[in-house]
Parts: sequence; C-alpha cells; structure tokens
Amino acid sequence: MPDPMRIRANAQQDGVDVRVLMSHEMETGQRKDGNGNIVPAHFISNVTVTHGGKTVLSAEWGPAVSKNPYMQFKFQGGKKGDEVTVTWVDNMGETRTDKATIA
Amino acid sequence: MKTGRREFIRLGGVFGALAAIGVLTEKEAWAQQQAWNKAAFETKNLNDTIKALGGSAVSKSDDITMTVPDIAENGAVVPVGVASRVPGTTQIYILVDKNPNMLAAGFTIPQGTEPNISTRIKMAQTSNVLAVVKANNQFFVATKEVKVTLGGCGG
Repeated sequence: MPDPMRIRANAQQDGVDVRVLMSHEMETGQRKDGNGNIVPAHFISNVTVTHGGKTVLSAEWGPAVSKNPYMQFKFQGGKKGDEVTVTWVDNMGETRTDKATIA
Repeated sequence: MKTGRREFIRLGGVFGALAAIGVLTEKEAWAQQQAWNKAAFETKNLNDTIKALGGSAVSKSDDITMTVPDIAENGAVVPVGVASRVPGTTQIYILVDKNPNMLAAGFTIPQGTEPNISTRIKMAQTSNVLAVVKANNQFFVATKEVKVTLGGCGG
C-alpha cells in the first residue's frame, strides 16, 4: 500500500485552496540501474479531486512530473467542514485515495 | 554465500508468484487507464502534441501567465505555475521542449475551478517550458525559458 497523501484544503474568500503532496517514486523509465538495465517507468498517470460528488480537478500526468508530486489549485463552492477526496492511479495499477476536511 | 539448488528452486517459485501478480495488476491498470492519452505523452514536438490532444493549430497568447524560475538549480524539481485568463479555459497542459517526451502534465478544469494550477516537474536540461491552454476547442500557448544547472533525468 502506498504512503498516504498530505492534503491541505483551506477555505479562503475567493474559494477553497487545495494543496496535495503525494508519495510516489515517479520513475521515468529512462534511468538505468547499476547493472545497466533500464528501470521500468512507474508513475502516477491519473489524479482526480472531488468535492460533494463533483469532480473539481482531474489530471493526466506523464513521468516528467517530479518525484513525490505536488499540486495546488483553487475551486469555488466549498465551505469549512466539507470533505475533499483525492485519488490517484499509477501506470502499474496501484491506487490510493485520501480525504481531507476543508479548514 | 552459496545458493544451493533447493534455494534456487524456492527463489524461482517466489519470482514466479511475483510475475503472476504483475500480470494481474497490469490488466487492472489497463482497465483503469484506458483514458490515459498515451499518444500525447509520447510526442516530441509541439505540433504533434497538439494533434494528439485533438487540436489542429495553436496560437500564442498573452493571457497565459507562467510562474517558473529563471534558473532551476535542480532539474528534478522545477516548480511551475500556470494561470489562464483565456475565457472558457477547460484544459491546461505543461510541456518541456527538450525533455525526452514533451508533455509533462495535463489538467482538466471543470466549471467552478480556477484555471490556475501549480505543480513540480522534471527537466532534463535548459529548455523552454510551454503552457498550453485549451479553451472553446482552441489551443493557446505561452513560453518561458528555464535554465537548469543540474538535469533531472538519468539520476
């Protein structure tokens, strides 16, 4: 099971500010190990953020997103105490879902 | 330590089992990721990327603000922010000119979400970073150069 995400969701005057830090190797598939073998690509390919059953952001990533990916965005319609859910899937089929309460 | 024949057979069994799991997850991944635009993530230049994303032409726009460092000391972690003032923005893509594959990330912005996202990407070398915005089925682009003093690929 992959490590949990760190999610911060803060209600501000002009919307809810969401910051997500995921724990993932984001292996590019370009790198070689000590024996000269290519390390297979392993990266988060899809991210979905939902609030109240509605998707507020979805993302498609390639291996060029940094290790332990970070993203930040802002959406309208959320209020303090609401829940924000973040799910990612990687190219090897691993997945992780975490929730955070809007502060 | 000498690996005896018994040990070898036992290890073989373990690896066999691992391989079997690998096949399973691959199948699941395939099912979950049919939507992932593989073609777009394998393109090497801007026109091909736009085509793979379903567009035909791209025009420059001053309504896209990019927040990138002028010099990135570590190419493995380059913070990139893209804000679009193009009306009707539905997608934001981040591309790096001289990476092995150009497209780094794409974000779909539903109504009610600000077309303003930040993330961190890898850069192999000094290169132009491109922000592509899709609005009303048209593509717009903005460019900024980032100097990289230490590449992010190849470790």
